[in-house]
Amino acid sequence: MSNIPSELKYATSHEWVRLESDGTATIGITEHAQGLLGDMVFVELPDIDDSISVGDDVAVAESVKAASDIYAPVSGTVVAINEELEDAPELLNSDAFGGGWLFKVKLDDASELENLLDAEGYKNSIDED
Amino acid sequence: MTNKTVLHAKHLASGAKMVDFYGWEMPINYGSQIEEHNAVRTDAGMFDVSHMTIVDVQGTDAKDFLRRLVINDVAKLTVPGKALYTGMLNEAGGVIDDLIIYFFSDTNYRLVVNSATREKDLAWMTKQAAGFDITITERPEFGMIAVQGPEAIAKVGTLLSAEESAAVEGMKPFFGVQVGDLFIATTGYTGENGYEIIIPESAAEDLWQKLLDAGVAPCGLGARDTLRLEAGMNLYGLDMDETVSPIAANMAWTISWEPTDRDFIGRDVLTAQKSAGDQPKLVGLVLEEKGVLRTAQKVITEAGEGIITSGTFSPTLGHSVALARVPRSVKVGDVVEVEMRKKLVKVTVTKPSFVRNGKKVF
Repeated sequence: MSNIPSELKYATSHEWVRLESDGTATIGITEHAQGLLGDMVFVELPDIDDSISVGDDVAVAESVKAASDIYAPVSGTVVAINEELEDAPELLNSDAFGGGWLFKVKLDDASELENLLDAEGYKNSIDED
Repeated sequence: MTNKTVLHAKHLASGAKMVDFYGWEMPINYGSQIEEHNAVRTDAGMFDVSHMTIVDVQGTDAKDFLRRLVINDVAKLTVPGKALYTGMLNEAGGVIDDLIIYFFSDTNYRLVVNSATREKDLAWMTKQAAGFDITITERPEFGMIAVQGPEAIAKVGTLLSAEESAAVEGMKPFFGVQVGDLFIATTGYTGENGYEIIIPESAAEDLWQKLLDAGVAPCGLGARDTLRLEAGMNLYGLDMDETVSPIAANMAWTISWEPTDRDFIGRDVLTAQKSAGDQPKLVGLVLEEKGVLRTAQKVITEAGEGIITSGTFSPTLGHSVALARVPRSVKVGDVVEVEMRKKLVKVTVTKPSFVRNGKKVF
């Protein structure tokens, strides 16, 4: 069973969100999701200053097996992207909740986080798959 | 009904992720398919290919039967153990399957065909056997392990008996030899040196474990696919099938046109196609920018449209490569476009082969 940290929020489409102390949110994909996709070979990220809305396809994780869209779990403005993924997309496989983070967002509305799943809810959602 | 190979428990013990492969529960990877791929390119890896179908064709008419059945000419085989890659066609000139034929004598041949096509292959062979004095015997009692990579032969060598070592000493590519319980062949599906070893099921687990202990990495179907695609080897069902001529599948080199009086199945159709010169052809495509070419993506050329038959990320090259069927007038070096995820990307046409013996070849 894959790891699902309890301090994060989750979307059913397998993104995780971490609220940082400065009020921004860091976004990645879950360990479960990387396991489904297999070895990652390319990651396409949004641009800094992009304005994104919940549900937008904002990034792509491409593995040997398939290309998978990544959807914005929250709305806001992109303030940072993980440039290390350009040369090391395998970070999504090896450290999905840490070094494999994708981008950071300045939230439009922090209350959107309440619409996301907690760890228990996400675990239930993938058990149903 | 899911079939399991004799090595199933060994795969689970190595942490394999198992998938259904045409009715067989097979390892897709043991963690990272890219690491497995790299093991085969730089060291040694092994694949359980026990699901593949081994068929022995024996009898007075075995040679005449195979000269009718397949597009290459088994009469070219005169040295015992020599192997031949070829295709078996239907009357319309479409590929029923690709296969390897090992020659032992004019009355004794061994065929290795795909597992996904097992039933139709056996049915077709049985139907075509009418009037020939032969027996067609499937050999499911064997396991089969492919050990591939630059260190494969040396690592297997540490496990062989003196008799076995002597039998394979200096064996050229595309040969096989029966020595005791083992059939050891210098064939493979990766573009590297190595062996394919056919072994009685009762001894297969022991050999697999010894290979593991000798430092041979277990590799799954994921790595097998990226390796064969880099090597430009066709996968039945993707790169060709019953609707595709061998001329359109980079298999023309496996057709033996001489002697002209050999009446192999599909000959008249292929002859007409050859003189018309209108069959498409299979080429390589190389994408050096981000993204991965995938099966079924559309190829746009000045001469018309084509289609990607197999595409993947090439771990050896660090970018995507593909096999594609395109109009015959498309040339190596041409830049064409592929419709990929809502956009058009430019790719370069190459010969349908990308990596051999660990090195880029285009």
